[in-house]
Amino acid sequence: MSLPQEIPWLEKASSAERGAATRQDRAAPGRVNLLRISWLRPLLVSRWPQFLVRAVTLAGFVFAITAGLLGSQVGSHNFAIIFVWIAWWTALKLVFIPFGGRSWCSVCPIPLPGEWLQQGGILEKGRRFGLNLRWPKRLRNSWLQSNGFLLIGLFSALTLTDPRVTGWVLLALFALAIGLSLIFERRAFCSYICPIGGFTGIYARTAPVELRVLDNAICAAHIEKTCFQSCPWGLYPVAFRDSSACGLCMECLRACPKDNIAVNLRPFGSDLTQPGSRTRLDAAFLTLVMLGSAITFAAVFTGPWGSLKSAAFAIGSLAWLGYAVGFLALNLLALPGLFTLTVWVGHKLSGAKLPLRQMIAEQSQALLPLGLMAWIAFTVSFALPKLSYILGVVSDPFGWGRSLLGAAATRWSPDVSGFSSILQVILLFTGLLWAGRVIRQRSWPVLVFCLGYSLTMLWLLVG
Amino acid sequence: MRKEWIARVIVIFLLAAAIGIPAVGWWKRSQGIVIHARMAETGGWTPENLTVAVGQPLHLRLTSDDVTHSFAIGQSDQPAVEVKPGEMTEVTLTLDHPGKYTFYCTRWCSVNHWRMRGIIEVTGQQTTPEAVEPPLYILLGLDIDGDHDAEVVPAQMPSALRGAQFQNMVAAVYRSREYYQTHSPVELWQALRSEPASQPLADQDVWDLVAWIWQSNITPQELSVGQQLYTANCSACHGETGSGNGVFADLLAQPDTENHSVRQTGQMTIRPADFTDPVHILSASPAHLQGKLLRGGMGTGMPYWGPIFTEDQTWALIAYLWSFQFEMEKLP
Repeated sequence: MSLPQEIPWLEKASSAERGAATRQDRAAPGRVNLLRISWLRPLLVSRWPQFLVRAVTLAGFVFAITAGLLGSQVGSHNFAIIFVWIAWWTALKLVFIPFGGRSWCSVCPIPLPGEWLQQGGILEKGRRFGLNLRWPKRLRNSWLQSNGFLLIGLFSALTLTDPRVTGWVLLALFALAIGLSLIFERRAFCSYICPIGGFTGIYARTAPVELRVLDNAICAAHIEKTCFQSCPWGLYPVAFRDSSACGLCMECLRACPKDNIAVNLRPFGSDLTQPGSRTRLDAAFLTLVMLGSAITFAAVFTGPWGSLKSAAFAIGSLAWLGYAVGFLALNLLALPGLFTLTVWVGHKLSGAKLPLRQMIAEQSQALLPLGLMAWIAFTVSFALPKLSYILGVVSDPFGWGRSLLGAAATRWSPDVSGFSSILQVILLFTGLLWAGRVIRQRSWPVLVFCLGYSLTMLWLLVG
Repeated sequence: MRKEWIARVIVIFLLAAAIGIPAVGWWKRSQGIVIHARMAETGGWTPENLTVAVGQPLHLRLTSDDVTHSFAIGQSDQPAVEVKPGEMTEVTLTLDHPGKYTFYCTRWCSVNHWRMRGIIEVTGQQTTPEAVEPPLYILLGLDIDGDHDAEVVPAQMPSALRGAQFQNMVAAVYRSREYYQTHSPVELWQALRSEPASQPLADQDVWDLVAWIWQSNITPQELSVGQQLYTANCSACHGETGSGNGVFADLLAQPDTENHSVRQTGQMTIRPADFTDPVHILSASPAHLQGKLLRGGMGTGMPYWGPIFTEDQTWALIAYLWSFQFEMEKLP
């Protein structure tokens, strides 16, 4: 096995780019390396803290599946619905992604059993199981993830409210992740299938956390490339231009003999404004799907249209088909078409020489802060009023009418209505301003697109 | 290698707990009788048929899988209990007589609310066989499916108070309980009109007299019980004011709309009867109304209340229906 062939990024990056990256990393503007903080370093370097969190999330995930399948069919009283779709979703959207990028991936339980089988052990490596095939080259992109997310959108109204369906969906994801680990090498499921991983990855570019190599020259001289060998995701840290692929599992820094890897705190959105960063068309499409889904979910779950809600819920009915066609038309035709048009107009006005595909990909980066803030704003109105259910399901996880804490009866329910509208306006406005800063060549048609999107979300969420 | 084994033990222990605790709880729960309530469109009561030996306590745990329902047993004094989503309501019943009891929902949970019914079969030897008499409408051979429009109707709402001044003109035969149950107000009016004694009276005076005779067959207690029953069971469709405009009325009037609950009734429904319409009501005798109430149907979507109401409750309900036609003495 010759190593350079295993590292496609290394081949692609020109020596000039690599040199530029090295100088930048050395300077590390506005970065704080968390590994230089003495009390934090052992927590990241040792596998135990991460393992313990993973063991708990894995048990919680299996518990959610069992609760979904065996517990009460009343969503608001079932652990699976409340913990997965309210607590975890809120935490993912409000904390993990905006402040930690792919930090959830580092403790996500779904790929763990497969990965442990793959490497033949939990903390140490032993006899490997599985075929260890390479993931097909044609599927090395985020198209499957975009389609997976669209599929979720089609069935979301039922999945998000029916504990049985939630249980089966979680179980299916679990089985898929384990199955793929046994067929393909490394984290094929996380990188190319998991719909959550897809959008977590694109929004991780806005987050204030990154894992980077300190000095590329040291890595270039290091023949063994232990970081790449140990990376469960099959990534080579030297090649990182942005944070979208790295799952922050910390295996590379545990394997690096030269202590040449940094876990940096950085300014928000650093990946979006740095000159070298690029986006592919598949990521641009996923970004647009996330925008379309935020609009749809806001309309279905928080909007005042009862018939839309029942249409989204009545899977298989004629009304649902109408909803499905509308949802797909919005995501596959309307938004991509409109965005392409605005980029094209901006392109003509500026007279830039770049190909349109590349312009679309580059300008789509502006949609990342826009979409992230729209999702946060949606989550605020969707999930915050329901957080009070959490105490209830902790006390009675299966909705069997047994109170473990005695809390189910004395339910605390905060009124967030007034406060959340103000917060949503601030969030959407921040997203728009931030998007404006990311737009290339001051293309005002793209800015108009962003403004239109923000106003639509404002209308749906605040009214 | 020791670390690896510790890690494996931790994972296995946590996974065993995550699966074992709910599995044990689920197994324990499957031991008792848990009744799940759902709207009729999505299944009603599960299970809907129960069997218990006479005198044996029946311990039920009730929960709802959708909206708030309520559990009651027809023709019994057992108070109705709320069945709330995600909560357990425990009820212990002891049924002393063999036979079939109907349990039903008393909350207007959907347009098919009344279809939420189940049967408790109480098995055992009947100690003293009770003679069962068919209801009056069967004995009289009434056709409750036909339309019977009133040939004559009063110009204004008849008043029992005004009718009281003519009470001495009425023969005893018209004042009996039996006459009241088996004749319609129109029949009584026509009979009185043809009596020589009431010739001097105007048509409206005779209607007032009919109202007085009807009132004299109804006790204030009956009216009060009837009103409670009506409000709880009938007003969802027929409306609080009796004019057929209850909350479900519009849904029943358009059975082929996209509304999923209506589509699944499996039969045609029409707008509920308007009890304030004299043409429709004054031609019906109490026995006739009793038939409609007990058996339901008539191609209208009217539920059958036979297994739910006792005989006294049925007559009380009918008594209350007359208050939509006649000015009777106000309830205390």
